[in-house]
Amino acid sequence: MSTLVYVEDHEGEALKGALGVLSKASNLDDDTAAVLAGSGVRALADDLGTYGASRVYVADDDALGSPLPQPRVDVLARLVEEKGFDNVLFAATVLTADVAAGLAARLDAGLNWDLVDLELDGDRLVGKRPALGDAVIVDVGWKSTPRLALVRAGSLEPESRDGTAEVEDVRVELEDWSQRAVMLEQAHEESEGPSIEEADVIVAGGRGLGDPEKFSLLEDLAAALGGAVAATRAVVDAGWYPYAAQVGQTGKTVSPKLYIACGVSGAIQHKVGMQSSGTVIAINKDPNAPIFEYSDVGVVGDLHEIVPKLTQLVKEKRG
Amino acid sequence: MLARALKLVICVKEVPDASVTRRIDPQTLRLDRSGDGAMNEFDTHALEEGLRLRESGGEGEVVIVSMGPQRALDSMRKGLAMGADRVLLVTDDAAAGSDLVATTKVLAAAIQREEPDLVLFGQQGSDSDGAVLWASVADRLRLPLISQAASLEVADGKARVKRQTEFGYDVIESPLPAVIAVSDAINEPRYPALKGIMGAKKKPQDTASLADLGVDTGEAGEEGSRTEVYGLNDPPPRGESVKIEDEGGNAAEKIVQYLTEKKLL
Repeated sequence: MSTLVYVEDHEGEALKGALGVLSKASNLDDDTAAVLAGSGVRALADDLGTYGASRVYVADDDALGSPLPQPRVDVLARLVEEKGFDNVLFAATVLTADVAAGLAARLDAGLNWDLVDLELDGDRLVGKRPALGDAVIVDVGWKSTPRLALVRAGSLEPESRDGTAEVEDVRVELEDWSQRAVMLEQAHEESEGPSIEEADVIVAGGRGLGDPEKFSLLEDLAAALGGAVAATRAVVDAGWYPYAAQVGQTGKTVSPKLYIACGVSGAIQHKVGMQSSGTVIAINKDPNAPIFEYSDVGVVGDLHEIVPKLTQLVKEKRG
Repeated sequence: MLARALKLVICVKEVPDASVTRRIDPQTLRLDRSGDGAMNEFDTHALEEGLRLRESGGEGEVVIVSMGPQRALDSMRKGLAMGADRVLLVTDDAAAGSDLVATTKVLAAAIQREEPDLVLFGQQGSDSDGAVLWASVADRLRLPLISQAASLEVADGKARVKRQTEFGYDVIESPLPAVIAVSDAINEPRYPALKGIMGAKKKPQDTASLADLGVDTGEAGEEGSRTEVYGLNDPPPRGESVKIEDEGGNAAEKIVQYLTEKKLL
């Protein structure tokens, strides 16, 4: 068996989710390679050996400078056809979902998405896909190779180990129609502090905050804990907080070590974005809020009282 | 220069109605679709955007393209009531159970027949949480693709999109024809007016078989699919949870105590 993992980069760094998928892949298959596709990405190649890649393919070209999917489909399609990979795996993001689906059409290959884990059953690869609002886990598979998979963001943790990878450049030849969509302005708006997908601690706010100003309470707590602030769909829609911080089905999927939900009722749309968090603490004045059903610690009380106190105590504790 | 009339295709899926309790059929291991159906809520945002583009251009055609059982026409009627001009439903027993590869082969063939300037998708299926269809369709049609559109402007034969990603907003431009998937933040879909509802039944609702589209039956349905389902499992249970009442205002202390015990501080 041989496996290829696409490692997405952003501002000179490999994304954590992709490294998690790479680690998992190399646990399942000794013959695991990674592919980088971008501009100036060669610098990232050496490091990927420590996440389990035995070989790293590098498509480093200015034409791949913008995070657009179609040129990457061209690069991956050629590489997969040339090397005959059995599995091609992606950590799901806005970009990789489009790359994986484009590749599926190009290669007439099966794509399973929203997987939270991958297993080997003998020599059969099995994907684990939650369904019906995560009430059930569906075992999914492939009838042919290559097998394509998108892994839900934050499902798999990177594991670093000893290891080096051979680095090999790949040719970049793009289809004319793959280059018609062009980036005029690339996202540069970086939120302060760690982005929510990379953060170990997240403090999330919902409608229960009462008004947008109250997000400052959460920002103080997040700062004290060295974490980031997230928001629910409802408050983002209401314009209280930026979309980039939205957790949920139509926002980000996060899996921090600690998730503190303040004034979040816990609709299913929110749950699917944060349920793989390590420890969940919910603060809500409604004792019947659904969030308590999937919290490790449920605090019934007024967040406006509790959060500032908590911030103070954390500051004292951490000196 | 006069704006040319746009021809828009909106790809729409029939999903189980929100009032139906969703279940997976233990025999087929697929979602039970025998109950009432409805137009996928996310797709109404794509249709709304298409209708607005037509209205701002003054003329044009908005065509709903879908694949599903014959009865899916009932669900599509909501789209006609909102203002779409007609429906093309690909319906064929041989297409049942199609996965991504098979579905997009059929949809691409249907879209190709319409020769649209713009193909719009909603951001996901409410039944499968799938958010991948458009990229496969665009690849098959060899058309440029932009997804997660938070806003869309069309002028001078070009589409300009604000794309939401994990990192913020990109601005991407593409010449037409193009495939664009819109987010549900892009607009607030209109409710069908009474006049629209009354007129919907009279609008053209065409169906096409796989043979009509020149798609081999072996390329659709289970036979044309490259993925399969092996079985169902229960999700891992969560551990016992702790309840804290904020008695005497000591909840913050208790949280810190818990975090310290768990070595999270």
